[in-house]
Amino acid sequence: MKKILIDPITRLEGHGKIAIFLNDAGEVENAYLQIPELRGFERFCIGRKAEDMPLLTSRICGVCPVAHHFAGTKALDAAFNVEPPSAAKKLRELMYCGYFIYDHTLHFYYLGGPDFVVGPDAPPEKRNIIGVIEKAGLEVGKEVIKHRAYGQRITELIGGKATHPVCGLPGGMSKALSEENRQEIEMMAASSVEFAKFTLKLFHDIVLGNSKYVDLIKSDAYTLKTYYMGLVDENNKVNFYDGKVRVVNPNGNEFLKFGPKDYLSQVAEHVEEWTYVKFPYLKKVGWKGFVDGVDSGIYRVGPLGRLNASDGMATPLAQAEYEVMYKTLGGKPVHSTLAFHWARLIELLYAAEHALELSKDPEITSKEVRNKPGEPGEGVGIVEAARGTLIHHYILDADALVKDVNLIVATVNNCPAINMSIRNAAKGLIHGDKVDQGILNMVEMAFRAYDPCFGCATHFAVGQMPLTIEIYNHEKKLLKTVQR
Amino acid sequence: MSKDKLKIAFYWAASCGGCEIAVLDINEKILDVIQVADIVFWPVAMDIKYKDVENMPDKYIDVCFFNGGIRNSEQEHMAKLLRQKSKTLIAYGACAQLGGVPGLANIANRKEIFEKVYVTTFSTANPDKTEPKTEVRVKEGEVDIPKFYDTVRTLDQVVDVDYYVPGCPPAVERTLFAVDAIAKNELPPKGSVLAPLKSVCDECPRKKENKKISKIYRTYEKAPEPERCLLEQGIICMGPATRGGCGARCLNADMPCTGCGGPCPNSPEQGAAMISALASILGLEDEKEKYTEEDVEKLMSQVKDPIGTFYMYALAASILRRKVMKK
Repeated sequence: MKKILIDPITRLEGHGKIAIFLNDAGEVENAYLQIPELRGFERFCIGRKAEDMPLLTSRICGVCPVAHHFAGTKALDAAFNVEPPSAAKKLRELMYCGYFIYDHTLHFYYLGGPDFVVGPDAPPEKRNIIGVIEKAGLEVGKEVIKHRAYGQRITELIGGKATHPVCGLPGGMSKALSEENRQEIEMMAASSVEFAKFTLKLFHDIVLGNSKYVDLIKSDAYTLKTYYMGLVDENNKVNFYDGKVRVVNPNGNEFLKFGPKDYLSQVAEHVEEWTYVKFPYLKKVGWKGFVDGVDSGIYRVGPLGRLNASDGMATPLAQAEYEVMYKTLGGKPVHSTLAFHWARLIELLYAAEHALELSKDPEITSKEVRNKPGEPGEGVGIVEAARGTLIHHYILDADALVKDVNLIVATVNNCPAINMSIRNAAKGLIHGDKVDQGILNMVEMAFRAYDPCFGCATHFAVGQMPLTIEIYNHEKKLLKTVQR
Repeated sequence: MSKDKLKIAFYWAASCGGCEIAVLDINEKILDVIQVADIVFWPVAMDIKYKDVENMPDKYIDVCFFNGGIRNSEQEHMAKLLRQKSKTLIAYGACAQLGGVPGLANIANRKEIFEKVYVTTFSTANPDKTEPKTEVRVKEGEVDIPKFYDTVRTLDQVVDVDYYVPGCPPAVERTLFAVDAIAKNELPPKGSVLAPLKSVCDECPRKKENKKISKIYRTYEKAPEPERCLLEQGIICMGPATRGGCGARCLNADMPCTGCGGPCPNSPEQGAAMISALASILGLEDEKEKYTEEDVEKLMSQVKDPIGTFYMYALAASILRRKVMKK
């Protein structure tokens, strides 16, 4: 049996690699996405002070620190049995929208977007942010840089620091928002709404206006029929910061709806020997290996997961676009992995609209941002990170030190599906020794759609992933190397 | 590639990606950098392979910014390779300089971490106690992943380091300062930390009144007065023992410094320096000429989790280094 190694694809603090095995007939037998990195937060957080958890866990990811910071803060709210004042919740949510504006902008323009805007078969040296600017114009490039910085600035104004904020406390926030800072945020949010509208128009013109792309989105190689998961509000609308976890089955029907403290009866994680990540699945369906369909407990999270698991968006412009997407792609749920990109832009618009609403809320500058915590105990906090459902679970002792901790991180939820997407793309494209440039990018596109965290910190400066495929025969003799 | 331009490289090891964002947060100034420098290796952003680095002549790279600590065999290999290929190696950010938050894992070893992550965490369903292995035979053939070490090491515990840029992540001003010093060829003596010779306290706008404290408060127990020193209000703030250069950003959000800037110039043991600072301000409400051991015990028992409090970022770099390994 032959082995094809893609190493490095990119990183999860180090690098990820893909091993593809061919059978004697030269067809793809299987593919393994290996994550070579582990840091062990679940172990070294034991014994730490409860209030340090939002700071410590933020260091799991420097690209989405806000998600970990507030998953941790919400777990502490629950563990200390305290409800934050209404203004504190709104402040957290406003900061959270800033984080989504920054993160989703980054992904579309620097990482995922180039495949569509410039074209999946464009020369690799053009398939990046520079290529996007060439196609869309320099003015657009300036707007992209400006609005990425706006998202970071909103987080900094509320959280103290943009990367690794410090504001979250059990029962509230460390500081109220000043009127001066509120005005700046309102200006940035209003500008972001226009920017998100523009970005969607760009997507419609360049991507949806080209039937070749639409066919690609709908193609079998990029389709997985899985369950979907996301947080929803009381009206089953998408919510990033709070609500219940809703799961729909591959037919789009509600399968589960549960609050944070019940997550352990619904989700479990499977361990494999060949990678450092675990593979989550729905307990009620069970782990059936790397297969899709209604009998496999594999589910997907992130932008498409959230939209599929919801009944719509809570702001008007985003809701209108939500309806267009499902109408165009043939109703709910959408199983096309490449539709993650469209869903991401709908969420960008929602984040901007909602940030604008919150920034104008008279309560947002209230000085009442802290309530007194109760006695320490056990708590679970769930938020939607940009890349999906994020769960923090802490047990505290009488001194409010951490006795035990469990974390299910956003990208990890998608890891079983990412593995399958890569395998499917490989199976569809690799036949014998015929491996070329196109295959590299098609395989890349299969997992880039998820904006996986082992890539999230990575490509946005140039938008290019270093990829090497090496084909070995069964004696480990190198037959062929394809490099980009 | 122009011959008179500097050749710069960026690399990450055991870190979170925040240092990459910190580099990008210099925004449009990256264009100035590109005026004076060619980026010859940046796996996050550029299509250059490890093999290409191996093929570079020794000392080909002028300056390498290395972030993250050393947690596994691949990171150790890259640290050694980049040291060999670089004239100047800079430990960028708290993890490369001090081990950082991931360095807290030195309270445990590989076995304990695997046991927790892959067996006893609440959501893990693993009755056979399967653990990842460095080399595995799967149905179709062999696959391998890097070896996970017992101990997190700082970059300078693995290779010779020329300079340090502190912070978690480094403030934009620190990055620009380093780039500017490199561009003008005005780097200080080897071994320097590229930050002002002052503490976070020196940069903090809060008022100090030289008040003693007798009670320590956790951050969630007390909303501090906005203008006054947090330590003098009983909230442990690492400011006196932490190198400045960050603008005391956390203090502006009414939260204490947790020490990400690392030790001050003349007190390399950050935790010990903070314990000493605390000892000078903490006392019984009724002042005594001489404290009994019991008095001291009573006062200091208010400090919960001393490792996490005093060594949140610097455990791997401290004289403590790690928990004793039982053979």
